Amino acid sequence: MSATDAATEPSPGLRVVRDATCTFCGCVCDDMELTVEGNHITKAKNACVLGKAWFFNHHIEDRPEALIDGQPAGYDQAMDRAAEILLSARFPLTYGLSDTTTEAQRVALAITDWIGGIVDTTTSVCHGPSGIAFQSVGEVTCSLGEVKNRADYVIFWGGNPAESHPRHFTKYSLMPKGEFVPNGRKDRTAVLIDVRKTKSAKAVDHFLRVKPRRDFELAWALRALARGVELDPSIEETTGIPLETLEEIMDGMKKAKFGVILFGMGLTMTRGKHFNSEAVLALARDMNEHTRWSAKPMRGHGNVTGADNVVSWSTGYPFGVHLGSGFPRFNPGEFTASDVLARGEADAALIIASDPMSNFSQPARDHLEGIPSVVLDPKLSDTARIASVAITTSTYGINTGGTVYRMDDVPIPLRPAFDSPYKSDLEILRGIESRIRQRQLSGSLPDPAASGV
Amino acid sequence: MSSLRISGGTIYDPANGVEGHVGDIWIVDGQVVEAPAEPDASADRTLDATGLVVMPGGIDMHCHIAGPKVNTARKMVPDDKRKAEPVRRTLLTRSGSGGSVPSTFATGYLYAGLGYTTAFDAAVPPLAARHAHEELQDTPVIDKGFYVLMGNNHYVMKQLAAGEPGRLKAYIAWLLQSTKGYAAKLVNPGGVEVWKSGGGNVHGIDETVDHFNVTPRQIIRGVASAVGELGLPHPVHIHCNNLGLPGNHATTMETMKSLEGHRGHLTHIQFHSYDGDPDDQSTFGSRVPELSEYVNSHENLTIDVGQVMFGNTISMTGDGPLGYYLHQITGRKWFSGDTEMEAGCGIVPIVYKQKSLVHALQWAIGLEWYLLVDDPWRIAMSTDHPNGGSFLAYPEIISLLMDRERRREVLAGAPAAVSDRCTLRDLDREYSLNEIAIITRAAPARMLGLAHKGHLGPGADGDVTLYSPDDDIQRMFELPRYVVSRGEVIVDDAQIVRDTRGRTLHVEPDYDPDAVDDIQEWFEKTYSIQFRNYPVEDHYLQDPLVVPTV
Repeated sequence: MSATDAATEPSPGLRVVRDATCTFCGCVCDDMELTVEGNHITKAKNACVLGKAWFFNHHIEDRPEALIDGQPAGYDQAMDRAAEILLSARFPLTYGLSDTTTEAQRVALAITDWIGGIVDTTTSVCHGPSGIAFQSVGEVTCSLGEVKNRADYVIFWGGNPAESHPRHFTKYSLMPKGEFVPNGRKDRTAVLIDVRKTKSAKAVDHFLRVKPRRDFELAWALRALARGVELDPSIEETTGIPLETLEEIMDGMKKAKFGVILFGMGLTMTRGKHFNSEAVLALARDMNEHTRWSAKPMRGHGNVTGADNVVSWSTGYPFGVHLGSGFPRFNPGEFTASDVLARGEADAALIIASDPMSNFSQPARDHLEGIPSVVLDPKLSDTARIASVAITTSTYGINTGGTVYRMDDVPIPLRPAFDSPYKSDLEILRGIESRIRQRQLSGSLPDPAASGV
Repeated sequence: MSSLRISGGTIYDPANGVEGHVGDIWIVDGQVVEAPAEPDASADRTLDATGLVVMPGGIDMHCHIAGPKVNTARKMVPDDKRKAEPVRRTLLTRSGSGGSVPSTFATGYLYAGLGYTTAFDAAVPPLAARHAHEELQDTPVIDKGFYVLMGNNHYVMKQLAAGEPGRLKAYIAWLLQSTKGYAAKLVNPGGVEVWKSGGGNVHGIDETVDHFNVTPRQIIRGVASAVGELGLPHPVHIHCNNLGLPGNHATTMETMKSLEGHRGHLTHIQFHSYDGDPDDQSTFGSRVPELSEYVNSHENLTIDVGQVMFGNTISMTGDGPLGYYLHQITGRKWFSGDTEMEAGCGIVPIVYKQKSLVHALQWAIGLEWYLLVDDPWRIAMSTDHPNGGSFLAYPEIISLLMDRERRREVLAGAPAAVSDRCTLRDLDREYSLNEIAIITRAAPARMLGLAHKGHLGPGADGDVTLYSPDDDIQRMFELPRYVVSRGEVIVDDAQIVRDTRGRTLHVEPDYDPDAVDDIQEWFEKTYSIQFRNYPVEDHYLQDPLVVPTV
């Protein structure tokens, strides 16, 4: 499938692709203007430093279509072998999915359902705790355009957008002039809460340096102040922030017309994890007794939000879903990829657009290395290196079209810049699915659900 | 060419005046055709329907089955899902989770299993249209579409305030084309914008919306009129202001009057028919008699009920301030989601209890509506799934409508004061099978302007449900003997025997292309995505069918 809106020319010429989308981070900026010369992007107007690196460093590498046990192989052979591995497994794991299109994610879900495996995404190692917190307290949130048009008080908590989401300040949260904040930055008060003074501190009005691992206490202190509860000045010893400062911040929060808390993994992956996310979600919720407040996790990967959505609509649960009993079951910790691998449970893996060998725990990596695996990746990642079947795919957003969900759940179409000689994740996954279905429907295999795993 | 003959069934096809006649239905290539003239004609497949009740496939004209709020609700209630009966994978079909918000595959199979072949999601923010279509592609068997939220859209309000009906009309058409939606939906017109801009709500249809200098009355009348001029197959679909509040009957009456004769559909009207003092739940009561009398005497109006059933469910709505209200009165977890320039959203889990005076009254008020609207062609069955209860409760509702003793038994288990505050105990009316066929298929098809659905005459979609007659009406409607979609047997004896994908239904009303420049200018100033990335491309639609304007 190709949604390239300017046709690829036979000889290397100069083309411009407007309104293209950068899938590098969860901002999913869709206002890229890419200049393409042959198989290279030479200019990326509107891209941030990360986006430029994403676009400029993308080259079509001269790699085989696939490697089977380290030996070059064609796509057909690789898809045959992949289907065989997945069909032979009793406890297969599908993992990754956050850097591919929703179209490909949907087929990955179908495969996992047909073979009765586990499906998990990188959410379980980033904002999984926020997902769990959401299930306990809910969430008051909004689209990024609401932040742009209304937010007059913005709190960044446990994140460093200046370096992780460089255009967030200029495109959505701080600088833009909006319908109800016509003077842009001047109409907004900005606060950064973090354990260290990062580059983002320069962009805000108040930097609150919270003691490491005290985010939970800080959120509850603010909740108490929101309710009018008197706090002991010793709160400074606990959180590192003087009571007067907290009172001043709360006063500003109550006077705001529309506030938002944008929180990162500094909150979700530190001591307390989902309790921290819960406390911050509850704080934003409580503030609605005074004025309007929202909260929003700052998601990292380009389409991790799409993955959450696809897993949820297909199974009813957001990540860590077990389909081995013939229906979806959800239990983070039991059915999340790093845990399943570390306990040595999965007996095959399908890894899509993710590199667990570079970031999972040693026991998880050891186990993954020892089981048959199918890996789809444009690059020869650490995980692709250990795969039984490593399939080279084209890069989403640069070479293939499809859909990506921004961190605020807004779905955005991709306008690829140039064609790749490699197939997309979607094409490969469809090929694997059709092979699996052929075998299942021909009656040559028992239905895994019937065996009551 | 494939053909199916449904032979010797007792047919209820009210749109064609057929009430309980024994006969055959012939379907060729997915469409109903005239029976062949030659007596010995044969079909590729014949279903012996002797002794079975034959009706067109059911149509749910107001439910919440796809898009951001539905999916958020799924994520929010793993507790509900864990306890619910799942939909198991078979060799042919995908698995899914059940409960108040089933997953997409489960939704399609469960509707089909119930004999429903068409359903419309009632509230999609335009910015999320692509998402809703992706989910609908993963919702098997049924034909589907959605209504587009417009009642708090900034461009709509600006054109009304500026007295620009031409631009309003063009925008509505452009928006429906851009989203590939089916109808214009108003949710708490103006009130959601007030909530988004600092909290609060509007309390009546003549209050002015902050910043926009427009009233809910102007929004309702303006959009109703534009929809009429565009000739959309379905009139403006209205969720009134003040949903759920005691005393809201006055707002509902004013809303009906504000249409000034334009066609309008008032949805989940049960939630809008309450007596009492808005600040005092104990004064709660029914005002259905006078509201239904107004509906009976005004042919421009149609309604669906939004029946409340007792049990666990989840409230999900485009009415942001309503979500906050429900969170405050229930104390339960709450989701709120504001979409730039367009809409809001509120989600709160809820339990309806038979022993609660308010809940039992809501249940009774819904039934009063079914029983007090004289013309079944102007009332459609709904639970506002999952708000009042799941669509899976339809067979139970049917049995309540067909059996007054069953209603009275439930009433006997509710607080005694219920009968003092509504008329249900005194209503003897019982629905006939033919009337059930009207309010569950023929009438919703007509309200939606779907000429090819809700009946079994030549040219109709070959969507047919066959029931085994049973003294237990609920069981009869819960377990159809066969369900046929586009001429293919999908359900045979409670088993899905074939997995199909269904179709997306949408509209493409004409608009003046010169109007787009102004829309684009506004869009580029306000939205956080690019104008060109907003319209939904054709490939997001499942086997699309454009329903013509009239």
